[in-house]
Amino acid sequence: MIEVKNLYKSFEDKEVLKNINTTFCNGEVNLIIGQSGSGKTVLMKNIVGLLTPEKGQILYDGRDLCTLSKKERSLLRREMGMIFQSAALFDSMTVLDNVMFPLNMFSDKTWDERKKRALTCLERVDLHNVGQKSPGELSGGMQKRVAIARAIALEPKYLFCDEPNSGLDPKTSIIIDELIAGITHEDKITTIVNTHDMNSVMGIGENITFICEGRAEWTGSNKEILSADNKYLEEFIFASDILRHLKQSYDKDNGKAEK
Amino acid sequence: MVSIKESLQGLGEYVLLIGKAISVPDRWKMFWKQYVTEMFQLGYNSIGIVLIISFFIGAVICLQIKLNIQSAWMPTMVTGYTTREIMLLEFSSSIMCLILAGKVGSNIASELGTMRITQQIDALEIMGVNSANFLILPKVLGLMTIMPILVTFSVFAGIIGAYATTLLGTTSIAELNEGFRYEFNQWFFWCGIVKAVVYAFLITTISSYKGYSVEGGSVEVGKASTSAVVTSSIYILFSDIFLTNMLT
Repeated sequence: MIEVKNLYKSFEDKEVLKNINTTFCNGEVNLIIGQSGSGKTVLMKNIVGLLTPEKGQILYDGRDLCTLSKKERSLLRREMGMIFQSAALFDSMTVLDNVMFPLNMFSDKTWDERKKRALTCLERVDLHNVGQKSPGELSGGMQKRVAIARAIALEPKYLFCDEPNSGLDPKTSIIIDELIAGITHEDKITTIVNTHDMNSVMGIGENITFICEGRAEWTGSNKEILSADNKYLEEFIFASDILRHLKQSYDKDNGKAEK
Repeated sequence: MVSIKESLQGLGEYVLLIGKAISVPDRWKMFWKQYVTEMFQLGYNSIGIVLIISFFIGAVICLQIKLNIQSAWMPTMVTGYTTREIMLLEFSSSIMCLILAGKVGSNIASELGTMRITQQIDALEIMGVNSANFLILPKVLGLMTIMPILVTFSVFAGIIGAYATTLLGTTSIAELNEGFRYEFNQWFFWCGIVKAVVYAFLITTISSYKGYSVEGGSVEVGKASTSAVVTSSIYILFSDIFLTNMLT
């Protein structure tokens, strides 16, 4: 479980995060949603430690990231896996070397065991026989799957995904979402997905935090999002055709006036 | 113009980054692998250009001295002697490193800059890897190791170039032999090696800093690459004055 308490972050005079309080549960797909520029990427970067907040706490099962020593922080990071928007695969290495990289750095297993683990991870994301290819030879969706395989190689307790469906077609996006949800449930890890893809929200959003202008405006599940009584969230939802239709039919079924 | 405040800030960031890079590697096995790779990429791949440039410069220096300086009242060994001293003291160390600053410096800055903007460096940090140490230290030590070898190759290529001018009939092998052997001071060779090691450090650390600290996109990577070459060259020229004064 990851808890964010009273988190503030500014860049020079601009306050980007204002008193964020939210909890990301273990074994669930936790989503951070919001408009572009709302502060969700900054929140994610603070949570993973790429940025340092001005105030507040980020508790990883009770361990405050902000007060950990350099060594403790380094050890905590080995419990994290991250999938970047751009996949961020090392283009000087083959696909197999990419997946083996965290194992080579931090695992004491033999080379054969590490290779076996890497191949298992690649099989888990349904990628066979691409181990010797370079990342540049793969499609965007395949690169994201390799990034997932690399992120889970060390069996992390926390998985972070920064807009994993960015630049992917809807069908591939569903595959990526299902992979992330499957890994989260099977391995019982705390997953945080930063997205503004409404298909992902309705598909895998078990615990959603809606960020608007640097504030955590609403939290709830995808089942509750249509009945949410929040002006900013409604505006956000109504920008999406899929959710607008769902919301309208929900309101109609519940006898509310159509917007 | 870059303000004094910005310059000092840049210097501070450079020192902090190099401090972060020069630390005990997380995994020695991975470090050695990277170290050998960098020696190959930065050094071995530069041997060709070093040999070609040094050969022709050695030949041209020899010709220029023979045609423009040597006269009836000067000893015949002057051409060989001067060519040897120029190659040993200045060309093979300083000028060759200036040329390599262009090739190696832009290579390092663009590689690290691209890794930065494509979030590959962030990915390393998230994994708990000291990215500066993992990426920069092998480059620094790799080039510092291979640069003395490149300088030695350059000296020999220059001397071979000088011998090649005998085919044009302007000078003879005997004259050059006499000049090359005349009052040879072994320390001059070591001066070139010391200079080369210092320049290798400057080229790799400055270029790594420029690439590692890129913010933005491909345009900024290009700017960082240019800046790496210009800054490395300026620092090489400045340190050349101090090193020459100190060593010879």
